[in-house]
Amino acid sequence: MTPTSMQVFFKMKLSRALIPALLLSLFLISCGGGNNESRVITGNQQGVLHLGNGTEPQGIDPHIVTGVPEHHIIGALFEGLVTKNPYTLEPEPGVAESWDISEDGRVYTFQLRDNARWSNGDPVVAEDFRWSWERALTPELGSLYNYMFFPILNAEGFATGAIDDFSEVGVKVLGERTLEVTLREPTPFLLQLFDHYSTYPVHPPTVLAFGSPTDRFSQWSREGNIVTNGAFTLTQWQVNSHIRVEKSPYYWDADEVKLNAIVFYPTENIVTEERMFRDEQIHFTNEVALDKVPVYRSEQPELLEIASYLGTYYYLINTTREPFDDVRVRKALSMAIDRDLLVETILENLYLPSYALVPPGTLGYEPPETFTYDPEQARQLLAEAGYSGGENFPSFDILYNTQENHQKIAVAIQQMWMETLGVSATPMNQEWKVYLDSTDNFNYSISRRGWIGDYVDPNTFLDMMITDGGNNKTGFSDSRYDQLILRDAPATLDQQERFKLYQEAETILMNAMPVIPIYTYQSKHLKHPSLKGMPPNIMDYYNWKYVYLDASQ
Amino acid sequence: MWRFIGLRSLQAIPVILAVITVTFFLVRAAPGGPFSSEKAVSPQVQAALEAQYRLDQPPLQQYISYLTDLVQGNMGPSFYYPGRSVDELIFQGLPITAELGLYALLIAVIIGSFAGVIAALKPNTIQDYVPMSIAMVGICMPSFLLGPVLVLVFGIMLDWLPVSGWGNSYGDKVLPSITLGAMYAAYIARLSRSGMLEVMSQDYLRTARAKGLPEYVVILKHALRGGLLPVISYLGPAFAALLSGSFVVETIFQIPGLGRFYVQAAFNRDYTMILGTTVFLSTLIVVFNLLSDIAAAWVNPRLRYQFKK
Repeated sequence: MTPTSMQVFFKMKLSRALIPALLLSLFLISCGGGNNESRVITGNQQGVLHLGNGTEPQGIDPHIVTGVPEHHIIGALFEGLVTKNPYTLEPEPGVAESWDISEDGRVYTFQLRDNARWSNGDPVVAEDFRWSWERALTPELGSLYNYMFFPILNAEGFATGAIDDFSEVGVKVLGERTLEVTLREPTPFLLQLFDHYSTYPVHPPTVLAFGSPTDRFSQWSREGNIVTNGAFTLTQWQVNSHIRVEKSPYYWDADEVKLNAIVFYPTENIVTEERMFRDEQIHFTNEVALDKVPVYRSEQPELLEIASYLGTYYYLINTTREPFDDVRVRKALSMAIDRDLLVETILENLYLPSYALVPPGTLGYEPPETFTYDPEQARQLLAEAGYSGGENFPSFDILYNTQENHQKIAVAIQQMWMETLGVSATPMNQEWKVYLDSTDNFNYSISRRGWIGDYVDPNTFLDMMITDGGNNKTGFSDSRYDQLILRDAPATLDQQERFKLYQEAETILMNAMPVIPIYTYQSKHLKHPSLKGMPPNIMDYYNWKYVYLDASQ
Repeated sequence: MWRFIGLRSLQAIPVILAVITVTFFLVRAAPGGPFSSEKAVSPQVQAALEAQYRLDQPPLQQYISYLTDLVQGNMGPSFYYPGRSVDELIFQGLPITAELGLYALLIAVIIGSFAGVIAALKPNTIQDYVPMSIAMVGICMPSFLLGPVLVLVFGIMLDWLPVSGWGNSYGDKVLPSITLGAMYAAYIARLSRSGMLEVMSQDYLRTARAKGLPEYVVILKHALRGGLLPVISYLGPAFAALLSGSFVVETIFQIPGLGRFYVQAAFNRDYTMILGTTVFLSTLIVVFNLLSDIAAAWVNPRLRYQFKK
């Protein structure tokens, strides 16, 4: 090499090679090598729970958000009047230390405890609840869960704008720590509503410090601003990465709180979540992919936790459309589905076949048994309706939102209908929001649906199907049904009597068959053996106060 | 040269304006709104939400107020995340996606051009076939397959590297960078091979060899400069594509970057977020294309000469 070309080579090479070389070393430094520490092990030593939490929460303002991931975080940060025992799901005292219920079941008087504190040291008083509920019900806020308050006298009127004065609503502050709630009808499941996050209190001075209480753009619930009254306080919130909450010294029952911190990871990709679990990055997964269930069942059953879940998977029928306006057609379609076969072949024997809208296990309610899998009778019903052997039956679509399992189920049911009844259906998928739009506008024949109860009572399922109910979507309307759900059952104090009324209502519903129940959901998680105090329950509800980590496992 | 840069920048304005306009009206035309959910929304609540997010105004007025805000650098509040602005979310995700893209590009350029040049030196021999076959596999292998395979081998079986996260634990940036970079490395390998092959037959290389220069000087000094031209013009669009196309890798590795926001926004019908990310990324693509044109002109005297005319 001649000296000149050497010089040129080095000059060119050095200056141009320098930048990539620097970047590469930056990369290597930031990546490092070494061993991969396990968050589960360090978490067990420090009392820090790491947990997969589904999607990134929309926010943590209890009066605005609606999702399950949000619920888990808000449940750690805030506390309502009552909480639930995770083992029995019975109400337990929360901010309210005790409560009295009037004889007619219409007036509840809550006594708040002296030592309930906000995370800035302020006491939690009855006025905080009254103020928070007024905020949640103010129409301008647009709270999607405002119907949780509707059993309270005049709450619905205030939320819809018919009443302007909140003092007409059945919520009264009788003393600094005494709150009186008057109901429209005695609502035996009322206490369950008061441990739902939409009824949690917010800290009025903090909300007001960041603008109008009804402003959805307010910054009050952001890290550094938020003041909470629960067992934990928010210390870190990195969007799409993690949320960290730490034990609050101001919480009235802080001695009973065993964890020092909880870290919630958004894990919308359940395959990645399972890898995180195997890599010991999280103690608990939010979900398990259906096709992983048999693998864990056979190889590590001790890690897999499956429990009944308060949810039903069903098909909606558009009863405003021919030929589905004929009840015999609807019944024939429902009776022609072999749910046992479906569960066995497609659902990994995981879910339970369902023949009613209300899932089993709602604190003593037994759903009526009105029909079974009966291909013979299904054929006969269809013939009576004028479509013997499926002749002249128009072909129709089975609508579902794009997802593999929904597709498998739709294809299987399509086949059963073809084989048993001779009717021709086509599975049709739509993207989630398009699917919602189609169903809302009755632009469907048969559409897939799922419903998870908001509280443990048949009412959370049955009140969907009242005439023109927002979640009805089928065109089903029955005056006796409406009477039972809206008036008779809420006015009945005796639990057994009330359940009888619900049974009557559900029998009416299933005889009209505007919905085809298919299966009952099961919650499924992977759980590290060190994680204790998080029992499976029908609500898939966790009470963080009870949870602890056993490092010896 | 300056005139060229100025002209090209002016051309970018109508492009971006067209992107804003089309996106603005297209998202509103899509079925389903930002507030629809499985739970029924009462008419009062729906009206209150629409009022808070200005959706009760006529579309043209919404469009004008959006543009007015945008000029002032305000992309509006996110419809899906109450209390967060689109600007905040984008600038939270951008550094992470940019860092990921930079590492991926670096891996792609170093591995890709090295393999391409090696292959071009002895075309149609084993030295050509092996790297080029690997490159072909690399182009065809989607990241949603490569990522999980790498995780399975290095994360779970060998337990060398974490399986997810970004900057949370030691070494968690390695696998995503490789996964994202692999496809681009393969592409760059093919680009640099064909570029080199074309240059190798040029007269000026024969002249260089005739002068008696050693082979490696001929290649490093004379051939590389021309042979890597296609790679250089590819870098700009590639970086823009890395920024806007990292969604799959971000999802596999749970990385809190921009790509996830971009895709989630569309599913959530988060109008302002869809607009914000689309406008932001299309601006980036326009800018990077411009930059790579300028770089190509700077490296290639023939192009420069054309602009002077």
